[in-house]
Amino acid sequence: MPDISFRWLAMLAALTILGLVALVGWELYSGAQQAVRQFGPGFLVRSTWNPVSDVYGALPFIYGTLVSSLIALVIAVPLGVATALFLTEMAPMRIRQPVITVIEMLAAVPSVIFGLWGIFVLIPWLRDHLYSWLKDYFGYLPIFGGPVYGVGMLTGGIIVAIMILPIITSVSREILRSVPDLQREAAYALGATHWEVIRIAVLSYARRGIFGAAVLGLGRALGETMAVTMVIGNRPQIAASLFAPAYTVASVIANEFTEATTDMYLSALFELGLVLLGLTILVNIVAQLMLRALTGGASGRT
Amino acid sequence: METQDILAACRPSARQQALRRAKNRVLACVMGMSAVVVMLPLFLVLYFLIKEGASSIDFHFFTQLPKPAGEVGGGMANGIVGSLVLLAMAAALGVPIGVMGGVYLAEYGSDRANTLVRFLADVLNGVPSIVWGMVVYAMLVVPFKTFSAYAGGVALGLMMIPLVMRTTEEVLLLVPQSYREAGLALGIARWKIITVIVIKTALKGIITGILVALARVAGETAPLLFTALGNNFWSHNLSQPIAALPLQIFQYSISPYDDWHRQAWAGALVLMLLILGINLFVRLLSRDKSAS
Amino acid sequence: MPEASIEPPPTATRPAVPTAEPKSPAPEESPAFDIRGFSLWYGARQALNDVTIKIPARRVTAIIGPSGCGKSTFLRALNRMHEVTPGTRIEGSLRLFGDDLYGAGVDPASVRRRVGMVFQKSNPFPTMSIEENVLVGLRLNGVRDRGFLRQRLEESLRLSALWEEVKDHLRRPGVSLSGGQQQRLCIARALAVQPEVLLMDEPCSALDPIATARIEELIQLLREKFTVVIVTHNMQQAARSSDKTAFFYLGRLIEFGETRNLFTSPSNPQTEAYVSGRFG
Repeated sequence: MPDISFRWLAMLAALTILGLVALVGWELYSGAQQAVRQFGPGFLVRSTWNPVSDVYGALPFIYGTLVSSLIALVIAVPLGVATALFLTEMAPMRIRQPVITVIEMLAAVPSVIFGLWGIFVLIPWLRDHLYSWLKDYFGYLPIFGGPVYGVGMLTGGIIVAIMILPIITSVSREILRSVPDLQREAAYALGATHWEVIRIAVLSYARRGIFGAAVLGLGRALGETMAVTMVIGNRPQIAASLFAPAYTVASVIANEFTEATTDMYLSALFELGLVLLGLTILVNIVAQLMLRALTGGASGRT
Repeated sequence: METQDILAACRPSARQQALRRAKNRVLACVMGMSAVVVMLPLFLVLYFLIKEGASSIDFHFFTQLPKPAGEVGGGMANGIVGSLVLLAMAAALGVPIGVMGGVYLAEYGSDRANTLVRFLADVLNGVPSIVWGMVVYAMLVVPFKTFSAYAGGVALGLMMIPLVMRTTEEVLLLVPQSYREAGLALGIARWKIITVIVIKTALKGIITGILVALARVAGETAPLLFTALGNNFWSHNLSQPIAALPLQIFQYSISPYDDWHRQAWAGALVLMLLILGINLFVRLLSRDKSAS
Repeated sequence: MPEASIEPPPTATRPAVPTAEPKSPAPEESPAFDIRGFSLWYGARQALNDVTIKIPARRVTAIIGPSGCGKSTFLRALNRMHEVTPGTRIEGSLRLFGDDLYGAGVDPASVRRRVGMVFQKSNPFPTMSIEENVLVGLRLNGVRDRGFLRQRLEESLRLSALWEEVKDHLRRPGVSLSGGQQQRLCIARALAVQPEVLLMDEPCSALDPIATARIEELIQLLREKFTVVIVTHNMQQAARSSDKTAFFYLGRLIEFGETRNLFTSPSNPQTEAYVSGRFG
């Protein structure tokens, strides 16, 4: 008898996973019902966000989320892959472990602390150095147009880049490590230099895996909330300039959820949550599928 | 004639060789510099945390409540205690369910069912933490018409479940099958074999997984924004809003008051030390026993 | 379950260098295992085919045969360990001292308390001391009496010829012992629950010759108190240690008889081919 009860208890515990998935889907869906019925699919392309007239549209936030995440990827993927290459191909044992430890500690820093640091350290520095330089030399380009506030789309992208670096680096490392030595040796045997070996044998073999790592990083970037909220400016607008303040889906929910005065307002926020959920789940599933196919079903820990 | 020419064509000239070698060196530098750039943010964050926050950490910080907005002084005692309370509640929810679920996946489950549960657990791990906040808001705040510590604890606990479940499962699968068979051959009941022999063998790994999950949720702010809400005073009742360190850091950072900024740094330093402390402890635990 | 008599065995008189001398004839006793028409399937694959055999009580019976012949499967069927693998199915009857081990409502755990097992690679529980390892079977089945436990601890360790070596270090971890000692610890652990039968699945295959010799001595000492069934791929070991030997091939019992006879003048040509080394 105790054997059976124990097994049942364990099974129930495992089944909570199914329950949780259902719960999350259900709560968001039912919370969003009102807005969904009111706004229909146009919600996704409308750019008004007006609590006064109770008219809501998701476009500025989707734009903000996608662009800031894209910026983060553009910065983090090359850096992460290069670092992964450094760790797997070049670094001697003595250096490897400390670097890995530092990167793991970076992953442990909470989002809100990055935000704090972002507001008081990163933004002033960016404004006075990088941004002013960009403004001086490239200010005629639309993406660098307009006034430089410090907060803005680019800052949001940069801070998210910092936060997704650890996962991109560690997954890329796994991928690179799984490249069989045979490939490398074949290239060396042809007289290739170290870098040529990497380019010919390692990177081309690992290309798909690294792409999977990037998609995983994207999934993480889409959901980042606190640090982004603190540095992106929180203005629901679609502007060409990277210096302009922006707003992401997660940020608007974080900022306005407790301020929502009407039911429709809250429902619109729930609908945004649903969009965010759908987007992140989709991206994560794609990443898992890509990576699982390569590491042959190894644990897909995000 | 022909052989000499062909050989000459295949052998790169001295200049070409030099170019390839130079390219090699440049790229090696690039990779090395990338590693440095990647490590930089951590050092910068830690440096500023200490620089801006260390001086504000004193006895008062740990024992006093926040002063009203604009006034100088006060501390984050309620936030620190509140965070610990929330973590305790999260653990009370997340650990039993997570560990038992991991036990099921490792010891009982069938291949197909397990693949599904594992997949869904990984999906849940990728859900943005603010979504958990919204879910628990709809589940516990709306029906009871109040923000509460319970809601905050539940939000963090639900986040812990898939994390702990996966790490527990992985660690249990590492226990060699022969121990289970030895237990069975002695006529011991299956559930006793699992709890007394298997779990005990894997205990360090299970605890490590729990601590890692705790360190992860300790820093979460988003799920608490509309569940625990935050509180400027002591909470005497778990069904009322409660303060939490990350919430206070957030609130203070975006406020216009310099003194609150100072305290935000201090609070961030305390939070970071807590998280680093847990991670360090985990590292020590894992080093004692070499991987089997 | 009959209580085995409780005295420590005489201090080890080393038996003569192993030969094929016949052991002192034993009074006829009803067999330990009475097995008729026993077949076993792993899913669709038949691993044992219509095995009929009477395994004598308080003797050492060796099971030999080439790889894949079903000898380990047969051994594991004797204490229902094959049920650990899902999808197994049996037919036929298997009785232990008259009790149907596969009867309706028979709890496999109770079978395993009567029929103990020692495995190919020693596996003392890593988180337990020597003492805890030996007593785990008793403790987890609810035995609390400290005096009784202490007594049983010493007996089991004496029976497995380990007592003298560990009596002052009982709190040390089980895994701190050498390979041969660990295997004797596992034997003590199995004996502590006082089984009627001890099954040994190639117990010496992971051990060096000296440790092996000690285990073989041990088997001789256990012989009077327990029924021992040992699977071995080492024919010399079977010849040295056992009273009767069973030869299995492709899931069938080919021949069963006095060890001496089976090795010197087997009646079945397949047996002869195997023991003379022509295949296997």
